[in-house]
Amino acid sequence: MGLKTPLFEAHQRLGARIVPFAGWDMPVHYGSQVKEHEAVRKAAGMFDVSHMRPVDIAGVDATDYLQRLLANDVGRLTTPGKALYSCMLNPAGGVIDDLIVYHRGSLGYRLVVNAATADKDIAWMRAQAEGFTVGIDRRDDLGMIAVQGPAARSRTTALLPEGLQGSVGALKPFFAAEAGDWLVGRTGYTGEDGLEIMLPGAQATALWQGLLDAGVAPCGLGARDTLRLEAGMNLYGQDMDETTSPLTSGLGWTIAWEPAERGFIGREPLEQQRNDPSLPGQIGLLLIGRGVLRAHQPVLIGNEPAGEVTSGGFAPTLGRSIALARVRPRPGAGLDQACTVMIRDKPVAARIVKPPFVRHGQPLIELD
Amino acid sequence: MSEIPAELRYAASHEWARDEADGTITVGITDHAQDALGDLVFVEVPEVGRQVAANEACAVVESVKAASDIYSPAAGEVIAVNESLADAPETINESPYDGGWIFKLKLADPDALGSLLDATGYEQAIADED
Repeated sequence: MGLKTPLFEAHQRLGARIVPFAGWDMPVHYGSQVKEHEAVRKAAGMFDVSHMRPVDIAGVDATDYLQRLLANDVGRLTTPGKALYSCMLNPAGGVIDDLIVYHRGSLGYRLVVNAATADKDIAWMRAQAEGFTVGIDRRDDLGMIAVQGPAARSRTTALLPEGLQGSVGALKPFFAAEAGDWLVGRTGYTGEDGLEIMLPGAQATALWQGLLDAGVAPCGLGARDTLRLEAGMNLYGQDMDETTSPLTSGLGWTIAWEPAERGFIGREPLEQQRNDPSLPGQIGLLLIGRGVLRAHQPVLIGNEPAGEVTSGGFAPTLGRSIALARVRPRPGAGLDQACTVMIRDKPVAARIVKPPFVRHGQPLIELD
Repeated sequence: MSEIPAELRYAASHEWARDEADGTITVGITDHAQDALGDLVFVEVPEVGRQVAANEACAVVESVKAASDIYSPAAGEVIAVNESLADAPETINESPYDGGWIFKLKLADPDALGSLLDATGYEQAIADED
């Protein structure tokens, strides 16, 4: 028996198939993963992400502390409400976790970390807090619902507390608004417009029911995975972990190198990797032959072993199989874009493409 | 509760076999299996003419979640495959015992079906899994 979110009984009532995930009992789908995926691409779907863990960082040293803790720079969050995606690295430059940090003005910051890594993350964060005047407050009292899709915001706003409706309606992408214990960000993990709503756990079921009544489709972890893969977004534990650097995981863009004097944890090894031309890099793959790309399948470029698939699957929006892969050396412009993936020991043709594969319901890659 | 037709025979690995009463069987995967796999997106069928042993992996079905081997419930020669699954793998989800058949086998031993489970035995087997 795993941990249960405040929405567990709501999932059971909807006939969800429940699976163990990161110590939690979570819905993987409510009937058809593909239909849930399509609901998010075409209208609106919602996900119980209450297993993810908000962690509030406050105190006079909160900014200095996070500028040391995170590879991206919270100094870029000059406006209250602005959000930032970042990796949290170990001293070797490996990824302890990826997270979103929201700037909460005078209240400090809120981080949202992965379920599977939450305990490890918070232990690490506490250990790094020595010498800083900061409070680290794990918010086990909050639930979290992600509403995603082109109709997500319009179907959600009226269900929010009155004091939030106006500010959420005016949110720009990657900004959040809050009132009381509600924090609503225009963020997500699907490649669509939408909101991620943190709220008191005791109020989660009422919002979930309101969203159901508004025609928002309940979606499970299965659709969440195919949506994020189409959106070219990494999954922690699969596309990167403590043994891999953000530079070999397609996350170089999340490292704030400037200001050069900011000594974030993991900076030194990354500075060395940065100048290494043989460093592996992340690519996207579109399968040309028949089959389905899956994690750990070997990738060959010019008949030479080059690396392996880190996340693969069937992309419902494209009707094709796609993947993220880590290969060495990173193919540059002008390199032959054809490659081969070994599927059950047989070579199958694939093509190197640049993620994301899908955004806002539209394919971003050529399928021929 | 999944559907388990009484007239079919079953392997514990979730294939069904229909006795065509001419020394051949038709093979597919059960309703329980397709439900557990979720939306199917790819099927790899065996080549016609291939000789397979009992319990030999000879086809693959892939859902949005994972790939799963299909084992031949008996020894014999593959005499036909369901070509329509290449374009419509979801037929297995929609019609596991009819339109979603996967291959037909000419039995090496016409009595081979006797070693498979009947519907009651298979129902017990999946109850024991849970």
